[in-house]
Amino acid sequence: MTRFILQRLAETLIVLLVMSFVIYGLIGLMPGDPIDLMLTADPKLTAADVARLKALQGLDQPLIHRYLLWLSAALQGDFGYSRLQSLPVWQVLTPRLWNTILLMGISQLIALAIAIPAGVRAAARPGSLADNMINLTAFAGMSVPLFWLGILLIMLFSVYLRILPASGTATVGVHSLADRAVYLIMPVLSLTLVTVGSQLRYVRSAMTEVLRQDFIRTAAAKGVSRRRLLYGHALRNAMIPFVTILALDFGTLFSGALIVEQIFAYLGMGKTIFDAIMGNDFNLAMVGLLLSTAVVLLSNLAADLAYAWLDPRITYR
Amino acid sequence: MTIPRAGADTLLAADVGRPASATRLQRTLRERLLSHPLAVVGAVILLALALLVLATPLIGMGLGIDSDTQDLFARMQPPSAAHWLGTDELGRDLLLRLLEGGRVSLGIGLVIALAAAVIGTLVGLTAGYVGGRTDTVLMRLTDGIIALPRLPLLIVLAALDVTKLGLPDQWAHAPMLAFWRIAVIITLVGWTTVARLVRGATLSLREREFVRAANALGAGSARIMFVHILPNLAGSIVVATTLSVGGIILLESVLSFLGLGIQPPMASWGNMLTNAQEMIWSAPMLAVWPGLLIFVTVISCNFLGDGLQDALDPRA
Repeated sequence: MTRFILQRLAETLIVLLVMSFVIYGLIGLMPGDPIDLMLTADPKLTAADVARLKALQGLDQPLIHRYLLWLSAALQGDFGYSRLQSLPVWQVLTPRLWNTILLMGISQLIALAIAIPAGVRAAARPGSLADNMINLTAFAGMSVPLFWLGILLIMLFSVYLRILPASGTATVGVHSLADRAVYLIMPVLSLTLVTVGSQLRYVRSAMTEVLRQDFIRTAAAKGVSRRRLLYGHALRNAMIPFVTILALDFGTLFSGALIVEQIFAYLGMGKTIFDAIMGNDFNLAMVGLLLSTAVVLLSNLAADLAYAWLDPRITYR
Repeated sequence: MTIPRAGADTLLAADVGRPASATRLQRTLRERLLSHPLAVVGAVILLALALLVLATPLIGMGLGIDSDTQDLFARMQPPSAAHWLGTDELGRDLLLRLLEGGRVSLGIGLVIALAAAVIGTLVGLTAGYVGGRTDTVLMRLTDGIIALPRLPLLIVLAALDVTKLGLPDQWAHAPMLAFWRIAVIITLVGWTTVARLVRGATLSLREREFVRAANALGAGSARIMFVHILPNLAGSIVVATTLSVGGIILLESVLSFLGLGIQPPMASWGNMLTNAQEMIWSAPMLAVWPGLLIFVTVISCNFLGDGLQDALDPRA
């Protein structure tokens, strides 16, 4: 098992390294470069100045050379400065990372609290009215464009009812939990609604699969109560594939968070990455993208490990 | 030994019995699909939308305007006899804009789904049939792409400066570039589902008697893969492709919404919502219609795909 973990960890690190090079290359292909930005700031620069500045900043070097320079600095903890914020990249990213974790964490917890009991119920009585309603809800959640859902919520709560702020992370100058909570309601609500959709279907199909098996019939014949049969026997086994899918779906949740943060102007990782890409903030975009890649890769690793840990039938050499 | 008999039977069935069994299969398929009311509703809605969208130029001719005709004196009008759904922020007819946007969004969904299905099928067939190191490399690549955070990377790809890739200037500024760029980058991440599915099915089909029989008769790898294995996968590929169209339309719309996909003046349901967010105080219906159409289209695709899956899945 230890060997398996170490091997998967090594693989993840290699993929991350490859991705860091790919992202570095892609960032280099974005419109404009740092010298262009200086040029727009100061039109008096001549072509000779531009060439000199490029040589000074090392921008005339080949891509691989620049990448290795970036990598060696990054490995020593130096990720550079954010152009738009005039702050070290880490200082920009850390609070926003927490904002995103808050948004994703709360949404995911609420989604689970709805998806698990509802999914179990749907699988327990296939074809019933409850199953059909739950199925419809799941389809609606999977099919609704998240950004449109966000706009509709703003229309309802901010334009018509005027009870929630349309966007933002907190009221300027106010530092209280209640204030943060008010700004979190709509982002969490929209992210939860789309997350519940797909997770309902995962729970339902995992439960259906388990309920077909012999040990369920045996337990039912033995006289186990319905509640214990569903939650004690079936759900425990259905959780194995479900937890795996949940971890694999982390990237989707993150993508959802990006859209939600953009709609509600909520200062999280997703909005930071988007703004950095749009604003030619190369260092910030690079680290933001790499960090989100790392988090998603690690959650995939967690999926593999959870699978092995939850299912004693699986052994790894 | 029954294996040679079975092999011969399968071969016979493949050559002679196909027409009869095909019609029987089609009939049961139709019956099973019809027993799925939501799938039928989805199919009807998609068909209706496709017809409407194709008829847009005719409707425009009938009204005497097209989707780009601006009238700055009639901005954000409520529905009227001249403009059935009113006008947008530039005084363009909203209904025509929606239909034109639908043509782009549906077209892009179809183009990408088909391209992704072709690439996924080729990768999956090769990985599953050839096996060994080829399989390992291709599947690692597939898993790697699945494991990446999709939206942030698509945003980067959509924001790239294509002239830096050596694309000539007049291409880089062609109006259709945005369409093809979005098609290419979503295809790049979209083929993985079909690839995994096809590989899994190929792995088990590879060991079946009819494949061994074909091999014994001297059929080459390509012939076995495309003539003997591929037809058996058609059903699953169709289901996976149908189910993928919804997700693709959602991805296109979100990228266009963020200003990175289809560029105005070309309409798409996504980019029609870009400005609508700022106008929800003054013209809320501008934000309702495009999203509603995305929602209806995507849910119809998902209903249809789900119904097809049940109809083709023998366990259901």
